Amino acid sequence: MPVLKSDVTVCQGYANCVETAPDAYDVGDDGKVVLLRQDITEAERPRFEEAVRSCPMNALRIEDA
Amino acid sequence: MSTTVVVGSSIGGVRTAQALRREGYEGRVVLVGEQAREPYDKPPLSKQFLAGDWEQERLVILPRATAAAEGIELRLGVPATGLDVAGRQVLLSDGSRLDYDHVVIATGASARPPRWRQGAGVHVLRTLDDGRALRADLERGGPVVVIGGGFIGAEVAATTRALGLEVTVVDPVLTPMGRMVGTEIGRYFRDLHQRNGVTTRFGVGVQGISGAAGSLRVQLTDGALLDAAAVVVGIGAVPNDGWLTDSGLCLRDGVLCDEYSRAVDAPDVFAVGDVARWFHPDRGQYTRVEHWTNAVEQAACVAHNIVHPGDRRPYRPVEYVWSDQYDWKIQMVGRPFRGTHQELVGELGDGRSRAVMFYSDDTGHLCGAVTINWPRALVQCRRQLHAGATFDDAVAAVERLLSASEPNAPVATTVGSS
Repeated sequence: MPVLKSDVTVCQGYANCVETAPDAYDVGDDGKVVLLRQDITEAERPRFEEAVRSCPMNALRIEDA
Repeated sequence: MSTTVVVGSSIGGVRTAQALRREGYEGRVVLVGEQAREPYDKPPLSKQFLAGDWEQERLVILPRATAAAEGIELRLGVPATGLDVAGRQVLLSDGSRLDYDHVVIATGASARPPRWRQGAGVHVLRTLDDGRALRADLERGGPVVVIGGGFIGAEVAATTRALGLEVTVVDPVLTPMGRMVGTEIGRYFRDLHQRNGVTTRFGVGVQGISGAAGSLRVQLTDGALLDAAAVVVGIGAVPNDGWLTDSGLCLRDGVLCDEYSRAVDAPDVFAVGDVARWFHPDRGQYTRVEHWTNAVEQAACVAHNIVHPGDRRPYRPVEYVWSDQYDWKIQMVGRPFRGTHQELVGELGDGRSRAVMFYSDDTGHLCGAVTINWPRALVQCRRQLHAGATFDDAVAAVERLLSASEPNAPVATTVGSS
């Protein structure tokens, strides 16, 4: 099952992920990414790949748990 | 098997190639690039790379191994020299031709060349080689004169100043980034640079540049002379569409495209990123945008439209660009320059204060916003712009953030990459 991961030490709050997949990503008051959910289905993977690749800092990934 | 050739190996081209696979494209994907090196990212060139914090390996966005794993054929170091639209072929500089069923033009833009002088210590900043040359000159010390107070100029000034060099910024406009955001918030950016020790000469033009590398002199239109070890010129960009002059495609300061990002009168040809001038359906006008996020979003849209011709989507983005200068994070959405009324929410002064400048058009709708040190407000402004919110509703939404600024509860946070 694919799992969403984020690295807040790299995140700069550019927020493109929120634009692409607002059901999974938000930005907190500290300006860093917040994961609203972690488990995704295979069918959803393409949409989250798009979100991952919209990050200018490469702070997001999808891992296979 | 069908073939899509993507011409241009910067962010727009790379993301198009990857998005084709993500959309389930099963044909050949060939990525053509002018530069021989692995495709790399450009925003860090004026920031982390120029500061020496990142080396060039960290800029790579498509390592050869990744391209191979994703089924993307690379033709790097071989610039495209022409397009045969009727014959469906891309012409390459080595004399070879690539047959295509679809072609995506993603050749980007080049730094507008300085008319005063080029080379010999006078830099532009667009490519990795530009960045390396400038970095090497900065290591030899200042003073540095930056001509142009737009995004590139302001970022270079901030990075150069952080390296401890003397910096002067010159621009005929009254404030940094003033063309994009107006002078009211622009003066906060001017103050930011001054507070950090940059000398600003706004409202003054450049007459000429003389001298030799290492000991240049910049003459301003008010007669002042500035000594410079190096000069950086950031005065905009011009789309790389010259190679298409003979193609028959309609070129209007970029490749003219319909609302699906298809070249007009050439339905097998698409364009993405800085080189594309497409018809924005919500605006009713042709639009060209030079921001990183636009290239990424347009790439996704074009890939979808190639793979799903029965379900084409018009491309209707809300523009977004970020800039990092000193300890300020500046984010801009929509088109602030179209605003006829503006209002500041939050506090802006010394230190890391945070604020939003809202811009409305004559109809009372939000047309743009600039956020400073406040990514959460940026998210809200982007949503409001997508929703076509009124100015008052948008301001109220951000004011609510001020009163109750608790983030959504995270389900998990990973620190450190794995």
